[in-house]
Amino acid sequence: MKYERKFNALPGFGLTMGFTLFYLSAIVMIPIGALIVKTLGIPWSEFWRLATTERALAAYKLTFGASLIAALANAVFGTLLAWVLTRYEFPGRRLVDALVDFPFALPTAVAGLTLANLFAANGWLGQYLVPLGIKGAFTPLGVVIALTFVGMPFVVRTLQPVLENFEREVEEASATLGAGRWRTFISVIAPSLLPSIITGFALAFARAIGEYGSIVFISGNLPFKTEIAPYLIVMRLEEYDYAGAMTLAVVLLAFSFVMLAVINVIEQWANKFAK
Amino acid sequence: MSIELKGISKKFGEVTAVNSVNFSVNDGELVGLLGPSGGGKTTVLRMIAGLELPTEGDIFIRGQRVNDVPVQQRNIGFVFQSYALFKNMSVFKNIAFGLKIKKWKKADAETRVAELIQLFGLSGLEKRFPHQLSGGQRQRVAIARALAPKPSVLLLDEPFGAVDAKIRQELREWLVTLHHDLNVTTIFVTHDQEEAMEVSNRIVIFSKGNLEQIGTPREVYEQPANEFVARFVGVMNVLDTEVRGGVARLNELQFPSNGHADGARLRIGFRPYAVQVSNDLSLLPYRAVLRHTFFLGILLRLELELPSGLIVRSRMTKEEYAQQGLEDGREVSFQIKNYRVLASDAAALAPELELQYQPPPTMGENI
Repeated sequence: MKYERKFNALPGFGLTMGFTLFYLSAIVMIPIGALIVKTLGIPWSEFWRLATTERALAAYKLTFGASLIAALANAVFGTLLAWVLTRYEFPGRRLVDALVDFPFALPTAVAGLTLANLFAANGWLGQYLVPLGIKGAFTPLGVVIALTFVGMPFVVRTLQPVLENFEREVEEASATLGAGRWRTFISVIAPSLLPSIITGFALAFARAIGEYGSIVFISGNLPFKTEIAPYLIVMRLEEYDYAGAMTLAVVLLAFSFVMLAVINVIEQWANKFAK
Repeated sequence: MSIELKGISKKFGEVTAVNSVNFSVNDGELVGLLGPSGGGKTTVLRMIAGLELPTEGDIFIRGQRVNDVPVQQRNIGFVFQSYALFKNMSVFKNIAFGLKIKKWKKADAETRVAELIQLFGLSGLEKRFPHQLSGGQRQRVAIARALAPKPSVLLLDEPFGAVDAKIRQELREWLVTLHHDLNVTTIFVTHDQEEAMEVSNRIVIFSKGNLEQIGTPREVYEQPANEFVARFVGVMNVLDTEVRGGVARLNELQFPSNGHADGARLRIGFRPYAVQVSNDLSLLPYRAVLRHTFFLGILLRLELELPSGLIVRSRMTKEEYAQQGLEDGREVSFQIKNYRVLASDAAALAPELELQYQPPPTMGENI
C-alpha cells in the first residue's frame, strides 16, 4: 500500500514530529529505558527483597504520604491564594503575585536550610512552636512543610488564568436565579475550577515526590523516621549498592507513573464539562 | 405599571453612563431598549435587574421600590448576551437551577421544567450539556432557565446578538410568539433598529446615556423627537443647506426656507420613500444618474447621483422598477415629496460628525 501525502495547510509536520520524538527520546525515554534495562539484570527475588526492605518501605511511606499531604494543602490554600490574587484589587497585589514564584526561583537547598533554621528549637519560629509540641525540624512534619513550600506555585499558577477567564456573567446568572454567594461558589464556580485544581495538585504532587534538596536539610534523614526515598537512593549509591539504588529508583518511577496516569484520568473526567 | 424608573442616573467614576432617565413599562408589555453601543441601555437593564446600583433615582417593580432589594430577591429573569449557561450542568439541571434555589417541591419543579422543555422545543436534549448545543438551542435554554421560576419581569441583553442571520430571524418571531403566549413583561436591549422595530410594542431610544424618545415603532419612525432618533431609526438622507434668496439650497437642490433668514443653515432630512423617481426625464424637477441598485428583498434601494456629485437615496418596489425599465447608469428625474428640518442653526449643526451612524442595509428596511 502506498503512503499518500495529505495536503496540510500547516507545513512542517514531518520535521517537527521527528524532532519531538528525538527530543523526547534523548531527554526522557532513553534514560528511563536504560534504568529499566539495567534493573532487568537483577533477579526478581533479589529485586523484591531490595524493594521491600523495612527501611525502603518506611521511606516510601514518608515520601508519598508527605507529598500527598503537601499537595492537598497546596490545593486548598493555593486555590484561596489564586482567588484573592485574581478577584480583588489591593495594595501590594503585584508584589504578592511575584512572591508566589519565589519557591520556583529559590535553590531548593537554600529553602531547606532556611526552613530548618526557622523551625529548629532555637529558630525564629521554632522557639515558640517547639515548647507547644510542634516540631518543624528533623521530623516528618518538617518534610511536609518543605514539600508544601516547593509545591505552592503550581496550584496558584494553573488556576490563575482559569479564574481570570471565568465569565462574570455566569455568576450573575446564578444570582439572578436567586443563588447567594456561597451557593454560587459551590454549584457554579467550583465545578469549573476543579480540573485546574486537580492539574495543579498533580503537578505539586509530582514535584514533591521528586524533591530532594530542601528535604535533606530539614528532615534530619533518620532511617525509618525521616528518611525519604530519594535520599535512600543516595545512601545506597554511597554504599556502592547499585542494584539497591536502581531497584528503589524503578519503584519510585512506577509509583509516579501510576499516580500521574490516575490523575490524568480524573482530570479528563472533570474536564468533560469545562469546555 | 410593572416597572418604573424615576430619575435614574449611573456614574462609573467620572463617566456618566446613564443620565437622569425616566420611563415606565406596563404589565405584559414587550419593550425594546435601542441605541448605539455605549448608549447606556445595557446599564439600564442591569440596574433594573439589580446587577448595578443606580447612583441616583429610584426603581420600582410592581409598585415596590427595589433599590435596596438584592438581585436574588427581585424575582426577575435575566438572559445574558453570552447566555452564561452553567457548563457543568445538563439542560434539565440548568433550567431547574432557579427552582432548586427557590426550594420548589421536587415533583413541581420537574413538571415545570418538563413544561418549559416542551414549550421551547428542547425535547430530547434534556441530558445534553451546553457545549453539545447549537447557538439557537443555547439561547432557548437560557430563556427557559430565566423563565422557570416565574419571574415578574424578563430582561434580555442583546438576545440575538450571537446567532447567525437566519436563526436570528426565527428567534425574533419566536420571541414575539412566546411573549404573546406567556404575557410576561419583557424588556430587551438591542443596537439593531430593525430588530427593535419588528419585535417591540414600544421602543426606548438611548444615546450617550440620555433617553431620546419613547414610543411605538411607528411613532419613532414617523415622528422622531429629534435628529438623533430620525437618523438612528431607519435610513435617512441628510443635507446641510444654506438659505439664499429665501430658499434653502445645497448644490442644485432647493427647499422652501419657511421664513428662515438668508444666511441661516438648515439641516434637512428625508426618508428614501419620500424620493419619487421616474424614467421620464421631463416629469420631475431634478435630474440624476442611477448609480447603484441594492436588492433588499421586495424593495430595492436606489442610489442617485446628481450632476454635482451629491448622492440621494430612494427606494422602490421590484415591480415598479421593472415597469419603468430602470437599470444602473440610466438617467432619471426625481423629486423630494416631503422632508423635515432636523436642525436650524449653526450651533445645532455642529454635532454632525458624531452622528455618523448608518444602519447597514437590511431586508425589512423602511417597511
